[in-house]
Amino acid sequence: MALLMGAVAYDPKVVTIWGGFRSWFNEHGFPFDFVLYSNYERQAEDLANGRIDAAWNSPLAWIRSRRLAEANRRRLTPVVMRDTDRDLTSVIVVRAGSPYKDLADLKGETVAVGAIDSPQATLLPCSFLAAKGLQPGVDVAVRRFDVGVGLHGDHIGGERDAARALAAGTVAAACMIDSNHLLFGREGTLAAGSTRVLAQTPPFDHCNMTLGDTVSTEVMNGFRDLLLTMSYADPQVRPLFDLEGLTSWQAGRTSGYRALETAVDETSFYSEEGAVAAVGYQP
Amino acid sequence: MAGLDPALVVHLEAWCRSKGHRTQRADENDDGVRAWITRGRTDLDRWALAERAGRPGPDGIVARPRLHWGLAARGALIEPGGPEIAADLIDRDLVWAELAPSLYAHAASAQWDPAQAVRWDAEVRLAPDIERAVVQIMTFLVENEQAALVVPARLLARIHPHFREVIQLLAAQAADEARHVEIFTRRALLTGGEMGTSSVSGRESLATLLTEPDFSLASFLLSVLGEGSFLNLLTFIDRHAPDPVTREVARLARQDEARHVAFGVAHLQHQGKVDTSLLGRLRGAVEQRHQTLISSAGLNQDVFDALVVLAAGEWTPGGIRRGYAAVQELQIEMDEGRRHRLVRLGFPGDEAAELSALHTRNFM
Repeated sequence: MALLMGAVAYDPKVVTIWGGFRSWFNEHGFPFDFVLYSNYERQAEDLANGRIDAAWNSPLAWIRSRRLAEANRRRLTPVVMRDTDRDLTSVIVVRAGSPYKDLADLKGETVAVGAIDSPQATLLPCSFLAAKGLQPGVDVAVRRFDVGVGLHGDHIGGERDAARALAAGTVAAACMIDSNHLLFGREGTLAAGSTRVLAQTPPFDHCNMTLGDTVSTEVMNGFRDLLLTMSYADPQVRPLFDLEGLTSWQAGRTSGYRALETAVDETSFYSEEGAVAAVGYQP
Repeated sequence: MAGLDPALVVHLEAWCRSKGHRTQRADENDDGVRAWITRGRTDLDRWALAERAGRPGPDGIVARPRLHWGLAARGALIEPGGPEIAADLIDRDLVWAELAPSLYAHAASAQWDPAQAVRWDAEVRLAPDIERAVVQIMTFLVENEQAALVVPARLLARIHPHFREVIQLLAAQAADEARHVEIFTRRALLTGGEMGTSSVSGRESLATLLTEPDFSLASFLLSVLGEGSFLNLLTFIDRHAPDPVTREVARLARQDEARHVAFGVAHLQHQGKVDTSLLGRLRGAVEQRHQTLISSAGLNQDVFDALVVLAAGEWTPGGIRRGYAAVQELQIEMDEGRRHRLVRLGFPGDEAAELSALHTRNFM
């Protein structure tokens, strides 16, 4: 039986990526297949229920599927993650000429965030602001840009709209992942030198390859070991890595998800048992 | 990394992460340094298995270039992977001829401008019968030149770009034929009349050239036998041309065709050295084409008559007698030329004579 993995089709390139991986795995003697989901919630439920063996999970989907599985006494394991999933940060950005010198200056102002389910552009920055004494909705107004809801922020549209709102002057600050601040400067969404990083969150981790308990430890280890042998020097692998945005696979770890667990609890995004509880969240 | 932008470290960390480099934020006392970078391996790994696509000169051609080299310049350093080019002529012995680089250089230097090379304003006042004969011959030439354009154009798209000089030569050959099509058409229409006729038999003969998929056989049928015969035909037209424009267009086309024939012969001589079955396959191609065309009417009667009238120079019994004899002589010359070239390819004299006799009556 092939190991069946779920992935969310947040972009057409997903077909190319996992189709390529599928060929590579099968050529290397590891039967592998994948199914595509339109959003992370159904995938998280299917993984937790054992309908699929593995899932390429967003950090938020990892948290939900883990909670769902553990509520049913099942076990999930993050076996690998991309090198580029480790130690990311989000930034809170203001216009260069604005008077804000530190976060406290944003009190009473409006902050733009990404989609309701974006870890990097909404959940983590809001939790970060709260930790710094700015309770979202109380001390600062939050303007959300819900693009690609259900994709857990994989769709860049919400972050870009937040950046545009900042450039247009309709909000005081905008939240985005560090790499997108760089990208928005390069592509011209934010003119060079027009913005300033007011604050940066502590590092956090992003996606991981989660395996369920429907596969044996032997299969799980075989899958992990094979992934870890994939090399950027391999011409068949390199274009897939370039598309998926990694240069090597690293061992999975859970230490980088604590801040997001906190954010999920603070906003009651999911219950302890993994039920969707966020108000207004319709993936 | 040192720098003054306040966001430098934020951006540097994000960029290095995406490129596989490691960063470490600098201490306060690192004297202007904001972060330390440890280079990753991705840019090195990308080229770790790279290879050279042969060497740039003709002496650097490899026997079988790899398909994933694609359109890369010969001698370039090739990143492994990537799409394979849809070329099926990838064997040096199938496509290469030592003469190709020098023939290409010659072809490139011998390009002429149809607007300048012919004195289009020269006086052309022919008797209507003679003018009609010239127009009919030009119409025939255009049709044949169009076949001679399409065949190398199709072949060059199938050749691996590693064999650059062969592609360049075929491209120049196609461009030559494009000019021939132009000048023959222009001469045909010079006096304001209509084009001549095109027979089924002529088009049948040319269709067999277009459907030959084998590079060597196509080159043999088109260049060695077809264009070889055309050398005699163009000489004939030059000799009997009733006006300077007809003479010049025939002469210009002939000098190009001689080069095409030279490449065809050189290519097949090269191939004959490495493939002992070649002569048998060439013979088979001639025989098969003959079988295909056996029920065909051969040369368009209008073309034959036009050649007779052209050589006659006048519509009189004496003239026609001379013209007919001249066309008979032309056909003997064509036969001798084909036999001569077949012998150069290695056929014994009697076999060369036999094969030459099987050549299409359409000349090309």
